[in-house]
Amino acid sequence: MAARTRYAPDRGLTVRMTATMFLLGLVFVAFIAAIIGIGTAYGASSSAIVLFAVVLGGGFAIGSLFYSDKIALVTAGAREVSPEDGPMARDLHAIVDRLCALADMPKPRVAIADTDMPNAFATGRNADHAVVCATTGLMRRLDKEELEGVLAHEMSHVAHKDVQVMTIASFLAIIAALLVRMAFYGELFGGGRRDNNQNAVPIWLILMAVSVVVYAISFLLIRLLSRYRELSADRSGALLTGQPSALASALQKVSGRIAQIPTKDLRTAQPLNAFFFAPAMHLSGGSGLANIFSTHPSLERRLEELNKIQKQLNQRAG
Amino acid sequence: MGFLDTLLGRTKPVQPKLDDLFALPSAAVTLDAGAGFKPTGSGSVCFRAAEGRSFADVQKDVQDLLNTSSHAEGGLPVEVSKDEYGFTWLISSRMSDELEALVTDLHAVNSSLVDNGFGPQLLCTLVAFRDDQERRLALIYLYKRGTFYPFAPLSGERRDNALELQVKGVIGDDLKWEQDLARWFPVWGAPGM
Repeated sequence: MAARTRYAPDRGLTVRMTATMFLLGLVFVAFIAAIIGIGTAYGASSSAIVLFAVVLGGGFAIGSLFYSDKIALVTAGAREVSPEDGPMARDLHAIVDRLCALADMPKPRVAIADTDMPNAFATGRNADHAVVCATTGLMRRLDKEELEGVLAHEMSHVAHKDVQVMTIASFLAIIAALLVRMAFYGELFGGGRRDNNQNAVPIWLILMAVSVVVYAISFLLIRLLSRYRELSADRSGALLTGQPSALASALQKVSGRIAQIPTKDLRTAQPLNAFFFAPAMHLSGGSGLANIFSTHPSLERRLEELNKIQKQLNQRAG
Repeated sequence: MGFLDTLLGRTKPVQPKLDDLFALPSAAVTLDAGAGFKPTGSGSVCFRAAEGRSFADVQKDVQDLLNTSSHAEGGLPVEVSKDEYGFTWLISSRMSDELEALVTDLHAVNSSLVDNGFGPQLLCTLVAFRDDQERRLALIYLYKRGTFYPFAPLSGERRDNALELQVKGVIGDDLKWEQDLARWFPVWGAPGM
């Protein structure tokens, strides 16, 4: 028996996300084809270089996937807490407990970062190794229901396996970036070996050009995918608590304060941006060029989507 | 959650499992015989109210329904309270030997929420017990898992873990227990205990 539900999937978002992933796959295939092309034209030496980049890049990706929780905690200066570690830890645990029971998820580890920057993140390669972290600045500024909204968003990242998805998506960009770097140094130091091949365009140059193009395109696609994942997490989180407006108000409170954060904090926070609740990097303007480079959708966009869920919850059950 | 749902970043709200709740009355008999805990007659349903008029209407209907039925039987009206985390508790109080009626009350709340499409909002249900030494115990039913766990609070937000495990052992197979101890979350100061 199918239970009555108010849940309706967001088809638009699904279509756009599928298209983005399809394009990423397409770039990947084109990249491989180009590499094979270069390999056949120039012989074995280039294949060895590409293989080296793939192995190195794969190592990076797997390493960052497996240690994502530890890396994130260290970078954010967070420590794991138990419910007995003071009133903040108690509340955080209580909220996470309730969200896990609502969503039927295993309970992630809970951490607190002692910084005034209001933010939260969830990371870890899967639900069993996940850790959810909130900063003291976030907990001071938000009331419990807003905090719950933010944590529900973070738990949705865990449920959607966003760390895995984004690591796989970034794999291509990592390899392309490695090849650009290797090609650059190869050009600097390996020049003498091509004397007998004067007429042809140097292999390094071609490899570098292809890699730069691939890197640029995949970078933009990854950012686009990241923004869609954020919208998905907003959506799932709001549906989980049934309180889209609590999340909306949290977003409004937090986004307003990001601009006040000292730059020192910003620099240390940057590598974590993709997994943060609201990115620490402040890009002015709600539209235009800044948007296509950002990891998170604009505040206006997120509020608009939450407003839709609000209406949906109020409709008659289907 | 399927592979496609993961890939597309969507989670369907989890529907509650309701049927296992009815195992409670027979388990209570075993609990009394084995550990001396008797039902206090009060129990509560905890859910996360969704915002908006729709949910408020459903909640009001449930309260009216329960009040009418308990009034007809000379019982107390249903209490409503909101805990510090924003969850709503509907508390039904019956006589201590009316556990079946209590479970029926609780089930009425479940089924009206589910019928109106708010099933995913259900968190847990709690039935309170007490022994001769006035020790407090609750059996908590997790809707999404369809499992029970014991909760025995002591003063100062401590739990009597030994008692909890003892209760689990005494009742044994009469209830479907939550095997993952990390999900035995405390509900400090839960209404109806």
